[in-house]
Amino acid sequence: MSTSLRYKSKLVNPVEEKQDHDKQYVGFATLPNQVHRKSVKKGFDFTLMVAGESGLGKSTLVNSLFLTDLYKDRKLLNAEERINQTVEILKHTVDIEEKGVKLKLTIVDTPGFGDAVNNTQCWKPITDYVDQQFEQYFRDESGLNRKNIQDNRVHCCLYFISPFGHGLRPVDVEFMKALHEKVNIVPLIAKADCLVPGEIRKLKERIREEIDKFGIKVYQFPDCDSDEDEEFKQQDRELKESAPFAVIGSNTVVEAKGQRVRGRLYPWGIVEVENQAHCDFVKLRNMLIRTHMHDLKDVTCDVHYENYRAHCIQQMTSKLTQDNRIESPIPILPVPTPDTETEKLIKMKDEELRRMQEMLQKMKQQMQDQ
Amino acid sequence: MSKGQSGLGKSTLINTLFKSQVSRKSASWNREEKIPKTVEIKAIGHVIEEGGVKMKLTVIDTPGFGDQINNENCWEPIEKYINEQYEKFLKEEVNIARKKRIPDTRVHCCLYFISPTGHSLRPLDLEFMKHLSKVVNIVPIIAKADTMTLEEKMEFKQRVRKELEVNGIEFYPQKEFDEDLEDKTENDKIRQESMPFAVVGSDKEYQVNGKRVLGRKTPWGIIEVENLTHCEFALLRDFVIRTHLQDLKEVTHNIHYETYRARRLNDNGGLPPGEGVLPPAPASPCPATIAE
Repeated sequence: MSTSLRYKSKLVNPVEEKQDHDKQYVGFATLPNQVHRKSVKKGFDFTLMVAGESGLGKSTLVNSLFLTDLYKDRKLLNAEERINQTVEILKHTVDIEEKGVKLKLTIVDTPGFGDAVNNTQCWKPITDYVDQQFEQYFRDESGLNRKNIQDNRVHCCLYFISPFGHGLRPVDVEFMKALHEKVNIVPLIAKADCLVPGEIRKLKERIREEIDKFGIKVYQFPDCDSDEDEEFKQQDRELKESAPFAVIGSNTVVEAKGQRVRGRLYPWGIVEVENQAHCDFVKLRNMLIRTHMHDLKDVTCDVHYENYRAHCIQQMTSKLTQDNRIESPIPILPVPTPDTETEKLIKMKDEELRRMQEMLQKMKQQMQDQ
Repeated sequence: MSKGQSGLGKSTLINTLFKSQVSRKSASWNREEKIPKTVEIKAIGHVIEEGGVKMKLTVIDTPGFGDQINNENCWEPIEKYINEQYEKFLKEEVNIARKKRIPDTRVHCCLYFISPTGHSLRPLDLEFMKHLSKVVNIVPIIAKADTMTLEEKMEFKQRVRKELEVNGIEFYPQKEFDEDLEDKTENDKIRQESMPFAVVGSDKEYQVNGKRVLGRKTPWGIIEVENLTHCEFALLRDFVIRTHLQDLKEVTHNIHYETYRARRLNDNGGLPPGEGVLPPAPASPCPATIAE
């Protein structure tokens, strides 16, 4: 399993540097290194939303993907309590580190989705949440102090489709249509261990057809460059053909063929989560984390956020022209205006806080280095 | 009658129940299932024979149940259908020149398919069973049980049993209808340990240890439908067909039907009914009166 770090091949070899000294060598070929160093220092962040009916294994899958246990103290409601429950939005943030690279991972959970008897508009709290994050970012971007904007926008939404149906259910279609222009949707077939390979194939085809039929725009994997090697292109093709991924998650480690693997133990056999012949978990993990994480963020910023922003500005300018006021070049959002004094104070305090946080980080690093 | 959201394997299970050891004279099943807009009721009749004994089996399927976004009152068409069958029987019974053997289209047993989420019952399941356990014998089943490991199955069953108890849902075999001690102990055991049965259905055969068995072939093993360590299909089949079939019919006739009849006659002031069907009963505990 080769993790395709295309980036790696373009890093400059120090030996080559010396050889190029004869030619017209300016030296900006080291830019990728510099970017790399800066990004690693700054750390990365990623916001992932999981949505789908309860009982489809969402929490287990998230735990399996990131090898952490985010749901230790969760209390499951019984059916009667769920009759009148509304959809909630829960955020868990966890800082994980791997080989010196820090990732601030935020998981947005949506308990209660699709559980009630009457699920009309049950996706509304979710679309509202996504819009709120866009609005927050928009305000921050248009604000005066833009140094340390926190990006809480949702970069990817994993939507869990029940394997017990014959394809997409009405609630699935409505949810995806409400969100496909706001967030990258990656549909998944949950609990795929209850399906045999033939059934999985049929279900995937059916879902792909229905996605086309209803005009749902799920996240499209970008085409790889034509100069990539064959192996990478092959992997890319396989990836595209396996969508939607049929996944299985597990929090337990079982013994299979003398090895300890993450899996599920049944009387008739052991399902291994990381076995590509058993499910598409590995493909999902590679796609989500190892190859396309940055692309997901880019599409969120360049496409979904820009759509939102354009829409917002259009609305504002149409309102302004209605009121016959002068258009200002920078769109000014109607902010609930505190007076300038308190604003200055708040900004100063913000900056202080950030400086202190940076110092704390530096001190932590120094202690670790020692 | 088999009930539950689409895709829970109802058709496959019915096939398996009556095809596994019975002659294959049944009509072919329509596998192309599209989600209908309202709950439909499809009844298909078969005559099956075993050991010289003939049985007319009618399977009633309810595609569309629980599939919409708004599922409020989606059990009403079903309740209406069941009451209509009681009404038909009642009319025949009170006829002046009535047939010797009244054609019995009443629903004797309702298999309710619970989705194997592993957490608990869904609100829709609760609502349905609350309303319908008053009019028909409900046998809850956990569908597609091959998605749960043994521990998950045990936990889920316990939780489901508890939820049914807490909500006062009496599934078949109902406690109040146990006739004697022998029945009670036998049924208690079934109620508290085996039900709801966790089943897997299949109509394909595979070779396992030199025998041909019904099962599902996965990359990690073959799930045998009739193997008790794999799932409880055999228990369900024995329960519904071999031991309690007659009892299901008797409870339907002596209790559910009589309750319907009593209500009907009371509403009519003790007179035999004219036109119309009784509206669905409110979800309150029904009086155990048997008018005679």
